[in-house]
Amino acid sequence: MADEPLVLGIETSCDETGVGIVRGTTLLADAVATSVEEHGRFGGVVPEIASRAHLEAMVPTVQRALDQAGIKASDLDGIAVTAGPGLAGALLVGVSAAKAYAYALDKPLYGVNHLASHICVDQLEHGRLPEPTMALLVSGGHSSLLLTSDITSDVRPLGSTIDDAAGEAFDKVARVLGLGFPGGPVIDRYAAEGDPAAIRFPRGLSGPRDPAYDFSFSGLKTAVARWIEARRRAGEEVPVRDVAASFQEAVTDVLTRKAVRACLDQGVEHLMIGGGVAANSRLRAMAQERCERAGIELRVPRMKLCTDNGAMVAALGSEMVWRNRRPSAFDLSADSSLPVTETHVPAAPVSHDELHRMSE
Amino acid sequence: MLLLAFDTATPAVTAALLDTDGGVVLAAEDQIDARRHGELLLPAVDRVLRTAGVGKEQLGALVVGVGPGPYTGLRVGLATAAALGHALGIPVHGVCTLDGIAHAARLAGLQGPFTAATDARRKEVYWASYDAAGARVDGPHVDRPAEVAERLGQVPAVGAGALLYPEVFRDVPAGMPEHQSAAALASYAAAELAAGRPLLAPTPLYLRRPDAEVPKNYKTVLPA
Ligand SMILES: [Zn+2]
Repeated sequence: MADEPLVLGIETSCDETGVGIVRGTTLLADAVATSVEEHGRFGGVVPEIASRAHLEAMVPTVQRALDQAGIKASDLDGIAVTAGPGLAGALLVGVSAAKAYAYALDKPLYGVNHLASHICVDQLEHGRLPEPTMALLVSGGHSSLLLTSDITSDVRPLGSTIDDAAGEAFDKVARVLGLGFPGGPVIDRYAAEGDPAAIRFPRGLSGPRDPAYDFSFSGLKTAVARWIEARRRAGEEVPVRDVAASFQEAVTDVLTRKAVRACLDQGVEHLMIGGGVAANSRLRAMAQERCERAGIELRVPRMKLCTDNGAMVAALGSEMVWRNRRPSAFDLSADSSLPVTETHVPAAPVSHDELHRMSE
Repeated sequence: MLLLAFDTATPAVTAALLDTDGGVVLAAEDQIDARRHGELLLPAVDRVLRTAGVGKEQLGALVVGVGPGPYTGLRVGLATAAALGHALGIPVHGVCTLDGIAHAARLAGLQGPFTAATDARRKEVYWASYDAAGARVDGPHVDRPAEVAERLGQVPAVGAGALLYPEVFRDVPAGMPEHQSAAALASYAAAELAAGRPLLAPTPLYLRRPDAEVPKNYKTVLPA
């Protein structure tokens, strides 16, 4: 449909400079520049390195997205940008650039929530989100269960991690095993050749009295480290593949169990999984199996859309335009701890008093 | 040509519009708020253009302060300039932030040689020194104030970095600019362009490496 909103989205909340272009629920461009290799030797994302890389990559990545989409910037119906949550300095580069583009091009600006964008990106893969949809977001920065009935205005947090994010646990276990950073892909690879039942690692917060929808991965990470060290001290070889598979099994077991339980408890028939950890092959397989058994329809976008990217921001921005949501003002802030309930940051409505003052 | 200049490398959020034919500043705005560059810059640009009655499509070039300055604020100006220049299809020129302050000092009557200094936090200053003709002859650098004095001896100094360390910078002439002003930045840039001297690329002068700790070798969890 040609009259669906054409929106460019900018994402700079962590170490990926993402620029996507979307028309309605159709993906036209998804350009990403990453500084992940510069962070590798530090074992985690270094905020200042990420911010510097965002500034360098911003304009070239926007141009690449425009070229990919085969459109002119003047054709756009709006500019969307991640306003938070994320790394403050990194967010600010994207927000500053997005404001300037919106201003120069005379387009409305939409500061949107990073987590809501992770959910909305599924529209590019599977069409409009069913309402309601349960979302399991798992990455190096977040692990949350969210329930949404309207992705532009209503996202309700049911639970989240009380310590480490799931992706962080992958990074830390990879580091203990000496496999490098980031940990997710490499653990997945080793695990494919290991025995997931070799070692029974603990399932965090899975007791009968524990909060049903919250996660904890810190204890698991420590248990894996202790297990490995005990082996090393005894002079035994560490079975890297079995450790990777057993650790991965523990993480995905808890994630999928809680997500399916949340769907059943809340009477929700659709589960979407997003975030970088959604690229994990075992998580996808286990979720598919458990959802089928529970009669839940699973929606997982292709891997490239699960990690941070600009297309997800554009997808939510397009939805904002489609549903006539109020744009942001040019004094939009980057908010590193933007609550998930704030799906976007609309301009403050002009009050009655202000109208009087303006007319004086 | 209409030249829009702004700078966010110091506590000032400053924007100005200059008509290079005649060198007239058509509008300018200065706000001092070290923590809100991101919120303040674009509305300030918008007000400057509105005050001057100029549409953004009439702009001929952009000038942006490239620091040195605290990174987070500095990048607001540079990201804004890069995106505006890209979207409007006009050139973006960089000017060393200290050169703008030095230019303002000369406009205020200061004869060289002198030093311009801004606050670099962590008990250091960003600084550069200028000769009698107003040309930058040393810097920009980032150093402890005492090291600057050791290197230069006592010369007049201007800028918030000089005011911050009076025990080191003892000769700070009265009536001199403390903060960056985009009006001075714009007139400096226009003069340089008119003289056929190239300006800087619009890329940040960080002067320091990013803070990044390389994690120590993996520590054991079990007691030794
Ligand atoms: Zn994310």
